[in-house]
Amino acid sequence: MNEAAPLNRHYVNPAPFDAGATEPVGAENEQFYRASSWRLMWWKFRRHKVAVAAAYILLVFYLIVPFVEVIAPYNQTKRNGDFLYAPPQGVHLFHEGRFVGPFVYPYQFTFNLETFQRDYTVDRSTPQPIRFFCRGDAYEFWGLWTMDVHLVCPPREGTLFLLGTDRLGRDLFSRIIYGARISLTIGIVGIAVSFTLGLFFGGLAGYLGGWVDHVIQRVIEILRSLPELPLWLALSAALPPNWSPILVFFGITIILGLLDWPGLARAVRSKLLSLREEDFVKAAELMGASKQRIIARHLIPNFMSHLIASATLSIPSMILGETALSFLGLGLRPPVTSWGVLLNEAQNLAAVQLHPWLLFPIVPVVIIVLAFNFMGDGLRDAADPYH
Amino acid sequence: MIRFLLRRSLTMAVTLLIISALVFFIIKLPPGDFLTNQIAELRAQGEAASVAKAEFLIKQYGLDRPVWEQYLVWIGVMPGSGGFSGLLQGDWGWSFEFDKPVKDVVGDALWLTLLVNLAVVIFIHVVSIPIAIYSATRQYSIGDYIATLIGYIGLATPSFLLALILLYYVNRWFGVSIGGLYDPQYAGEPWTWAKVKSLLSHLVVPTLVIGLGGTAAMIRRMRANLLDELGKQYYVTAKAKGLPPRTALLKYPFRMSLNPFIADIGNLLPHLISGSVLVSLVLSLPTVGPILLSALKSQDQFLAGFILMFVALLTVIGMLVSDLLLALLDPRIRLGGGR
Repeated sequence: MNEAAPLNRHYVNPAPFDAGATEPVGAENEQFYRASSWRLMWWKFRRHKVAVAAAYILLVFYLIVPFVEVIAPYNQTKRNGDFLYAPPQGVHLFHEGRFVGPFVYPYQFTFNLETFQRDYTVDRSTPQPIRFFCRGDAYEFWGLWTMDVHLVCPPREGTLFLLGTDRLGRDLFSRIIYGARISLTIGIVGIAVSFTLGLFFGGLAGYLGGWVDHVIQRVIEILRSLPELPLWLALSAALPPNWSPILVFFGITIILGLLDWPGLARAVRSKLLSLREEDFVKAAELMGASKQRIIARHLIPNFMSHLIASATLSIPSMILGETALSFLGLGLRPPVTSWGVLLNEAQNLAAVQLHPWLLFPIVPVVIIVLAFNFMGDGLRDAADPYH
Repeated sequence: MIRFLLRRSLTMAVTLLIISALVFFIIKLPPGDFLTNQIAELRAQGEAASVAKAEFLIKQYGLDRPVWEQYLVWIGVMPGSGGFSGLLQGDWGWSFEFDKPVKDVVGDALWLTLLVNLAVVIFIHVVSIPIAIYSATRQYSIGDYIATLIGYIGLATPSFLLALILLYYVNRWFGVSIGGLYDPQYAGEPWTWAKVKSLLSHLVVPTLVIGLGGTAAMIRRMRANLLDELGKQYYVTAKAKGLPPRTALLKYPFRMSLNPFIADIGNLLPHLISGSVLVSLVLSLPTVGPILLSALKSQDQFLAGFILMFVALLTVIGMLVSDLLLALLDPRIRLGGGR
């Protein structure tokens, strides 16, 4: 054999191969390759501008929840007998060309005997400045302390009805803020119920297979073929009428969760089935990992991100479900205030025609639902950071 | 094909049976029932004749028997005591609240429910397919952005809230009420051409309101499907070979993208029916929705049970139709599940 010829044809560089020469290891690339998958997801999520904006909006709404008593200018049950069905009061900054700061004009009502309506006339001569960090209605803060400090208060001897009042003269803006507490938590609690059930049944079906899988699959199919609203109606009609409002709240949440889990369970099952065949699972098995370890360390982290994304996408349906049930009068009942309970008053044409501001609770509902949808979309895209 | 139909009908029957049990026991969950409540009330007022009638009804419909026997009587497997033969024999029972047979209470409402839902399904398909094709073929154009935006709003606005808003604005701008399914003067009248016309014109708003959410979801899904297909090589080849763009689009990628679309009818239907129940309440449409709500509230068990079963039947049939359409559309799908 000739030794020189093949060497000439196949040139081999004897110098050690430096991977960094072909792909420069900048600080950025180094970071990228070493990043954990959660970090990669965070980076990918951050690029989704709309989703990030939606996340901030949700954050603001959820920050209100623990502090509703402080933020709302009035207590939710405070009745202003002189101002029934008062229209929204606008906030102004300038009075006759002079800057006064945020203030409102007082209004007076006269009962119109021809139309049998209350006519409110705005008195534009005396501006009443709104007070901040002031004493107003007393409340029990977190059930621990009695306090009366509010972020915003009505002017002295005046009123502050930013969104008008209802048939008992209760401030709608304050009631919407109080309603946020119930409406926003019901989505989270409901999804917790549905998440647990979905993970459990989906996990059983995907992991055990065989007849268990078969039975669970059929149950899922039946539950999914049921129109959910009539069933929600039937179930909430079945809640005993003598239950306390807080029990009704949990009852409704559980009902919403009970009918929502099939979607999640199906996702868990199909993910488990496909992941079980992956090489890394086989590798772990060959290295002698126990079943528990494979499930807990390899399988669950792999589909958790997907699950969180799809759970986020189903929170809005919970919130809407509660709104619909309360709107129909079968959900939460009046001492409890939620957006659906508030909308219940806007059910008839007369209310809508004469007092359109009663429709306002629709706005936060739509904002929250949109925000959850956008954030869920962003999360779903980010859930698979390697694509 | 026939074997498939038989198999599917069997699973449908089993599904309906399970649903019927579920429905019956849910309705029976609250303590007491309409008649015992009524008897207590009548006793308090000392009306002996009415009490006797209520007690007769209890005997007639076997309400004094154990719950599982009542269930079997209701679905018509077990003979009832006083001539009540059950759902399977076509006897839908007695509505205690309206004091009429269930058949007379629901009557027209069944057909109108069917009509509204059919109109919505047609609306969704007629509207969303062209918009989705437009959006997908002109991706990132202004029209595409507008369609996407409307889609998002449609997804986020619950139908009953939209109905409320429309109720307000239509009333304010046009001064007409959009409630009901025909003008008041036709209520209880026999079906004439004028009544049908009135019905059709009243159908527009409910169809729009109920269908918006579904349309939005359909546009989104179909657009994504079509975009996937448009990037594939067979379409590029077809275009490169000089097939007119319209033919190339409609003949291949369009057909492919329709599959998941049709498969979705089954999932869509339960949502539509939920939506139509709510919207019917707001717009006071004479469908089964408002009747169901009042029946559930007053524990009128046969009426509520029958309506829930009717709604479930509608859904199950819808799913069967979607399976059949899917098989017609995609020759790769084999019916009969031969494994």
